Amino acid sequence: MGDIVSIVMKRLGLGLITLLVISIIIFFAVELLPGDIAQAVLGQGATEDNLAALRKELGLDRAAPVRYLEWLGNALTGDFGNSLVSKTSVSEAIGTRFANTLFLAVYAAVISVPVAIFLGVLVALFRNSVFDRVANVVTLTSISSPEFFLGYILILFLAVKGGYFPAIAKLDDGMSLIDKLNRTFLPALTMVLVVVAHMMRMTRASIINLLASPYVEMARLKGVPAWKVIVKHTLPNAWAPVINVVALNLAYLITGVVLVEVVFVYPGIGQLLVDAVTKRDFPVVQACCLIFAATFILLNLAADVGSILTNPRLRHPK
Amino acid sequence: MSQDKTVLLDIKNLIIEGYSDEKWVGIVHGVDLKLHRGEVMGLIGESGAGKSTIGLAAMGFTKDGCRIGEGSSIDFDGMELTTTPQSDLQSLRGARIAYVAQSAAASFNPAHKLIDQHTEAPLQYRIQKRLESQEDAMELYERLRLPNPREIGFRYPHQVSGGQLQRAMTAMAMACRPDLIIFDEPTTALDVTTQIEVLSAIRDIVDQFNTAAIYITHDLAVVAQMADVIKVLLKGNEVEEADTRSMLANPQDDYTKSLWAVRDFKRDQKPRPTDSVPLISVKNVDASYGDSPVLFDVSFDIYEGMTVAVVGESGSGKSTVARCITGLLPPTKGECLFQGTSLPPDYRNRSKDQLRQAQMIYQMADTALNPKVKISEIIGRPAQFYSGLSGPALKNRVDELLDLIELDPSQYYNRYPPELSGGQKQRIGIARSLAAEPTFIICDEVTSALDQLVAEGILRLLDKLQNELNLSYMFITHDLATVRSIADEVVVMQYGKVVEQGPKDVMFTPPHHEYTDLLLSSVPEMDPDWLTTLLEERGVDGPGDVAKGE
Repeated sequence: MGDIVSIVMKRLGLGLITLLVISIIIFFAVELLPGDIAQAVLGQGATEDNLAALRKELGLDRAAPVRYLEWLGNALTGDFGNSLVSKTSVSEAIGTRFANTLFLAVYAAVISVPVAIFLGVLVALFRNSVFDRVANVVTLTSISSPEFFLGYILILFLAVKGGYFPAIAKLDDGMSLIDKLNRTFLPALTMVLVVVAHMMRMTRASIINLLASPYVEMARLKGVPAWKVIVKHTLPNAWAPVINVVALNLAYLITGVVLVEVVFVYPGIGQLLVDAVTKRDFPVVQACCLIFAATFILLNLAADVGSILTNPRLRHPK
Repeated sequence: MSQDKTVLLDIKNLIIEGYSDEKWVGIVHGVDLKLHRGEVMGLIGESGAGKSTIGLAAMGFTKDGCRIGEGSSIDFDGMELTTTPQSDLQSLRGARIAYVAQSAAASFNPAHKLIDQHTEAPLQYRIQKRLESQEDAMELYERLRLPNPREIGFRYPHQVSGGQLQRAMTAMAMACRPDLIIFDEPTTALDVTTQIEVLSAIRDIVDQFNTAAIYITHDLAVVAQMADVIKVLLKGNEVEEADTRSMLANPQDDYTKSLWAVRDFKRDQKPRPTDSVPLISVKNVDASYGDSPVLFDVSFDIYEGMTVAVVGESGSGKSTVARCITGLLPPTKGECLFQGTSLPPDYRNRSKDQLRQAQMIYQMADTALNPKVKISEIIGRPAQFYSGLSGPALKNRVDELLDLIELDPSQYYNRYPPELSGGQKQRIGIARSLAAEPTFIICDEVTSALDQLVAEGILRLLDKLQNELNLSYMFITHDLATVRSIADEVVVMQYGKVVEQGPKDVMFTPPHHEYTDLLLSSVPEMDPDWLTTLLEERGVDGPGDVAKGE
């Protein structure tokens, strides 16, 4: 087990270094804007006095590396400064929004991952059958359609015409979990439709890839039934690529939800990011970017560890 | 061998077709096979003879893309397998007919413990409960003389050695006490010393349970130990069938006779030149992969025009020595000399001329040649790189090299490796090494992936080239028959050390070093009593003597 711990620690260290590099890029990308931040925030019409005042307020009179270290230090303690627009704490604004986004992502993940893997196993079992082709066409269609289009189609049929679920996923304080799940079902379903295809096809491909291996032939020659060959003899060896694709899609559920949030008026971090970009609220943009980057790195780390743990050679050393 | 004379398996006019280039092509063309209860039949032939295909067909199984042709009949104990529905066939497999594959390492699922894979079929057929089946597995492990029979099953495949895995697979095949087991080259991937253990274990257990078996192999000496009856196959047709002793003593067909004669090729041994410097000298070399040392104080010399065979089991460090000589793995201690001058340890620091002098030919010609590159380019590239040839001069050189390896330049110049047979690919590998005009060639198991007749052709070619071009060979092999036929000197390695070295005639005459003796005596001979006699000499207990419940 010592091997695994050291591998995981190494990956974790690499993840932290990556995050540091990204933070540098995020911070200095803003510096690269033409003119300076004050000019960019206030626009062409601003007077010299206003600009000077804002520069002083933002501390732009000091050297960039110094400001970066200060920003990073504060960020580590959870303080991302104040919003330029609302003058309130960025951390507070992001906190509730990010929790909402996470809620939606977990909701979608809990449905999509088991469904995708189950379907993947089924289409691998009945490969090249009508069922395989239909599943292929349906999931490919759903992945090829833009999220907002899928969202509006679902609203049209399940909310407007059918009236089964609410079309707007606005959250109120003090809602019960059941209410919340009901209210956010359509955005979650939209996201499920977007991510299922990728994970399902990867499961199918990695299982089929292993069907030609000698131990699968051996299992067949031992009289093991077809479904058991897939579930017991190929799936345990097919996890590594599947886990990586799952992690990639989970990250997408958190960072790629802007359009879905807009369509369903859901108060998530994506909406906040879009607002901040249009209003040139840089502290908010930087904080959101850093959180997204950390999410990606963390999920990829989890995927790496997951694939390592599924390898019996590493779990049971000689 | 006790046999009652009931027929267990009766195959008539077996035709098997494979789908390729959009049409069905025959692989097996009407073979008959009759096997009695408790009888062991050896199926023998070169690759492409249809041995494995027939073995699988006896289970009513064909590989993907193959089918059993019309007019075939496979009668297993009164059941016609060609018309039996898949679900019924499935319940036959593992229960009444079992299979032992060539590579146990690849055929055990890496994700499950050995014993869980063992108990799978008995649980599937509800023959035994889990604990009962585990108990039975341990007993079989013990009968097959596996170490720690009560614990070994709880290990994963990668935690067990190749020879042990092969025995565990035989135990697995026995799990439901089948009437018939198909052994598909079960010892081909093993070292000679391990092979003996597996052969005797298989032979004993088949005998004890009076199981019928089809034993597929390309090794005549092995089949001579195992089979009651031998059937020789060639390109999907039967050549002849006879009981083992008469087949060995008196083969009828010309093809069978040629198979028997392969081991006759032998060239004269050359003495070591007395007054010259060795061409290649390995001096007190230590080497390691990462932190694990693999070579310890290895020294030997190779003189001009001579063939030095380096022999040993897998893991003995034979190929690592080659990597040190070519500079792919710089030694941690010691050095390699070329004509008395020291070679830089890392190939990146060697001059073009130093690199040119030592070339390699690899075991797997399939993977050593880029399948997307034309033959002319594969051979032309080193000629261009080392000799600076181009245009018509380069083409002439490639033609000349193709002539040397006895392939017609007009036919092969523009072809690609996948269009060639295994032996032809290995010839291209030889031509590629010759293109650099070396004085020294390392042959790393160059014939072990080839059929015996083809391998003999390659050995004769290498011998001819040595005489014409005055080449020196370092011949890495685990096959002592090859050593006997072409070596001048022999270096025996074990656990990364040289245990014995000397001229071939001396090495093959007793007294030997203990390990050399073990290697030499482990090479199967064509005498059907060889294994029995050997086991008696070594004092291995017969199966009946294995104490139970130890």
